[in-house]
Amino acid sequence: MATPAIASTAVIRQRTTQMGDIIARLITLTFAISIILITVLLVWQLWSDSALTRQKFGFSFLTSTTWNPVTEEFGALPFMFGTVVTSVVALLISVPLGLGSAIFLSELAPAGVSNILTFLIELLAAIPSVIYGLLALFTVVPLMRAYVEPLLKSTLGFLPFFQGPVYGFGLLTAGMVLSIMTVPFIISVSREALLAVPREQREAALALGATKWESTWQIVVPYAKLGILGSIFLGLARALGETMAVTMVIGNDPKIKASLFSPGYSIAAVIANEFSEATGPMYQSALIELGLVLFFLTIVINGVARLMILATTRKGSKR
Amino acid sequence: MTSEHLSFRRKAVNVVMLSLTGVFTFLTVSTLFLILGYLIYYGGRSLDINFFTKLPLPPGELGGGMANAIVGSVKIVAMAALIGLPFGFLAGVYLSEFEDKLFSSVVRYVADLLNGIPSIVVGLLAWTLVVVPTRTFSGLAGSIALAVMLIPIVTRQTEQFLREVPLSLREGALALGASKWKTIATVVVPAGSKGILTGMILGVARIAGESAPLLFTAFNNQFWGGGITQPTASLPVMIYSHAIAPYEDWHRQAWAAGLVLIAMVLIANIAARLVLARGVSVPRG
Repeated sequence: MATPAIASTAVIRQRTTQMGDIIARLITLTFAISIILITVLLVWQLWSDSALTRQKFGFSFLTSTTWNPVTEEFGALPFMFGTVVTSVVALLISVPLGLGSAIFLSELAPAGVSNILTFLIELLAAIPSVIYGLLALFTVVPLMRAYVEPLLKSTLGFLPFFQGPVYGFGLLTAGMVLSIMTVPFIISVSREALLAVPREQREAALALGATKWESTWQIVVPYAKLGILGSIFLGLARALGETMAVTMVIGNDPKIKASLFSPGYSIAAVIANEFSEATGPMYQSALIELGLVLFFLTIVINGVARLMILATTRKGSKR
Repeated sequence: MTSEHLSFRRKAVNVVMLSLTGVFTFLTVSTLFLILGYLIYYGGRSLDINFFTKLPLPPGELGGGMANAIVGSVKIVAMAALIGLPFGFLAGVYLSEFEDKLFSSVVRYVADLLNGIPSIVVGLLAWTLVVVPTRTFSGLAGSIALAVMLIPIVTRQTEQFLREVPLSLREGALALGASKWKTIATVVVPAGSKGILTGMILGVARIAGESAPLLFTAFNNQFWGGGITQPTASLPVMIYSHAIAPYEDWHRQAWAAGLVLIAMVLIANIAARLVLARGVSVPRG
């Protein structure tokens, strides 16, 4: 009499555990899929809400330099120019600074010191963008206006990049601030890539009579180059999308000028400044289309960066 | 002779370049202390009890504060955490525990890309989803923007720390007859909870400092405001609006707010990293 009852409880229990697993799987799967859905939704919203300007201007939106909300003529070029120029300036400073520091942290510093310094550098990455902006506005801008830019003008003034009036606000200042903000990302990812280089590579180079620097620069760095490049792309994507700090120091003037001293404007900055006051569907659509352009710029660069970093870590894990 | 000359040159390059890497590191790390020093100097001079208890005052009137922005920030961030943390956690559990190779790597990649999308663009998404249909700026719209930023961070952190839980623990639980979900709920997640919690704190600390996605979602408010469905003030947006205004006293307030914000963010970071788990970092696009 008792036997079937036991069997049935066992069956019921087995079924409920299986059901439990299936439910758990389905619930977590829903959220995992939702991540993809959010991303798709983002693209869809940007695409559909910029329909007005996409239809009216077509590709000339990307090549026009006019930005006039009153006459409803919109062109993205000055903003793309400002975004790209500030990011390039940032990388020119942050790549040597970041790679040098990463080399120091992975190759020279003792593990304890390296860990403490890396911790401090990660804190640097945790500082909110608006704080960088606040400091830049009240310390970097006056410094640039009073010392750095006049100095550059008197020494390198023969180059078109360092000519014209000096304001303190402008592309160069924004690039400098961005460089400080991107350095921590370049350091932490590059350091990981350098640490993943096998010890034997260094030992072999040193045994052949290479100096420490030669072994590092000619053997270790090339070995880790994909990861380092990935870190640079990651830094670039971040610089392109950086909003608050840039908005506060770039000067907010949609012009294309060769001089880095002149005020400019970036995509993120114009959205931040004008979107909450944008009246009329055309104006809003233009700003959303700028968001779409920024989205594509960063997603492509980020995608490449992630693939590069993925490739290096995979290489590293094989050993 | 030539070889001696050469080796001297090589030695010199060696010393110069290696010292240069040290100088670069010093420069980078010193910016952290410069930033903190400035904030403590200017912020400390400006911070008083009014800052925490009073509402912002119009330019020219002294003695105002940012009490509403502090409360507003807490409201917006708490709401974002309420949405983003469980969402990201569950998605992370899926990636780590119910692996399906191809699909999981797609989700992982998309989560990383979502994490890399500029925060201002995420703000645009929240604007189209919440501000347009409800016809008003609201703290809730800001929370949704911040939640979208929080989700991929928490997902990837949860996944990473669950993966570090040894396989033998899972096998032990399964061998004792526990079902898979019971194993996850009672063995795997508790084992990885320290790291997951760290990741969550770091993620929340990160979104708490965001201002770009709040500019046209939560907007700003000079008064207490009426709950999460109204325009809500937040510390980061206040810092921005006060810093760019042409009033000396507002700049003072901005510095004070900067000091409060950075203290909150850094304390959360240091506490999370030192107390809970070392060597955790939040990937920031």
